[in-house]
Amino acid sequence: MIDWSGYIALILDGAWVTIKLTIMGSALALVVAFAAGLGRMSRFFAVRTLATVYIEFFRGTSIFVQLFWVYFVLPFAGITLTPLQAGVLALGLNVGAYGAEVVRGAVRAIGREQHEACVALNLGRYHRMRYIILPQALPLMLPTFGNNAIELLKGTAVVSLISLSDMTFQAQVVRAQTGNTLVPFATILVLYFAMAWAISAGVRWLERRATRGLDGVRV
Amino acid sequence: MPSPIIRIDTITKAYGPLTVLDGLSMEVMPGEKLALIGPSGSGKTTILRILMTLEKINGGHIEVEGQQLYHMEKAGGLVDADERHLQKMREKIGMVFQHFNLFPHKCVLDNITLAPMLTKGVARAVAEKRAMELLEMVGMADKAKSMPAQLSGGQKQRVAIARALALSPKIMLFDEVTSALDPELVEEVLNVMRKLAAETDMTMLLVTHEMGFAHDFADRVLFFDRGKIVEQGKPDDIFRNPKQERTQAFLRKIIAAGHRV
Repeated sequence: MIDWSGYIALILDGAWVTIKLTIMGSALALVVAFAAGLGRMSRFFAVRTLATVYIEFFRGTSIFVQLFWVYFVLPFAGITLTPLQAGVLALGLNVGAYGAEVVRGAVRAIGREQHEACVALNLGRYHRMRYIILPQALPLMLPTFGNNAIELLKGTAVVSLISLSDMTFQAQVVRAQTGNTLVPFATILVLYFAMAWAISAGVRWLERRATRGLDGVRV
Repeated sequence: MPSPIIRIDTITKAYGPLTVLDGLSMEVMPGEKLALIGPSGSGKTTILRILMTLEKINGGHIEVEGQQLYHMEKAGGLVDADERHLQKMREKIGMVFQHFNLFPHKCVLDNITLAPMLTKGVARAVAEKRAMELLEMVGMADKAKSMPAQLSGGQKQRVAIARALALSPKIMLFDEVTSALDPELVEEVLNVMRKLAAETDMTMLLVTHEMGFAHDFADRVLFFDRGKIVEQGKPDDIFRNPKQERTQAFLRKIIAAGHRV
């Protein structure tokens, strides 16, 4: 009979690494998504080009390859990152590229009449974006941002390739040590699902907050 | 004799191969109330949009209060205006749109106070006091905390008028402001505009299909067709005794469609 408590603790250690990667990766992805998404609509050609190159490059190559580059190739350029830093960077940049297109699409979806009202009220470009367009575009972005965050969560499993002991890595360890496949993999199945569910619930809550009052319901 | 507040000098405007305005010139005196009428596509709305800098012109010049709108002086010559110049010029002009264009995520009060606070640095308390006065004037003070989605079309348009007034423009542009309203809501908006015309000395340009209102409201009526002013004059002359064949035909059609003149 195997004493599972120690092994489950191992998997929970991994779960913590997965959570850290997901939160920090999502935070980076969010920042990058807005920078690149807005950059792609810039009136400056150089900014637009830079944003477009970034987006197409990171959408067009696999997270697996990007991770290896960040962790194993960057040191040749004198940039050495810890596995966690490398994981966050690769995941954030990868998912941020998808998020950038979400930002751009949502901003584009705000009608011309809102822009014209801003011109008539003499609001400058920054004020227009900050107070009128983005607050209306944000509720449109949230559902897809939720999807992206869940994708990022599941993507964290690749970091085991650069020796980071995330949840999937620990499950493999437990499997190797105990010879039992069902228990560790059933455990991480449930844990991944719980984490994804928490993200969905959080995004739904944000959506409700962001759309409050827009439907004519008295607040 | 005061000088015109708006001077439009042979402007042209084309969308691709379609020429909307072809060498149009006109002047507006300070405080004058102008009604621009004419069939759809005659260019009357385009003039308002050009004055609000929502459309660029392809040729010609516009002066507002003696200053170039689309150009600025540089090294003795005129060059295209930059964004800073446009922002300075826009302070003189306000616009009310056919579809209200309120900010749906802001309550009525915030819709009105936002621009004065951001563009003129007015303190919130001052901006809100002024907004409440304006809401009082348009009969919407009790809805200050409502969201736009909770209002009827007529109420939205009255808020939109208050929002434009909050920046104290010298010139107000009204672009078919009752066209999107249910018939029973038209009058409440027109009443606000009558009050505005009576109580202020703002210059107002009105594009409308409400001929009865244009007659009562305007000092001068301009009939547009195909990007040109076909006929202009006092409301009585244009509506009771139009000289041009095209004006007569247009008014006959409007009356046949059931509009009061």
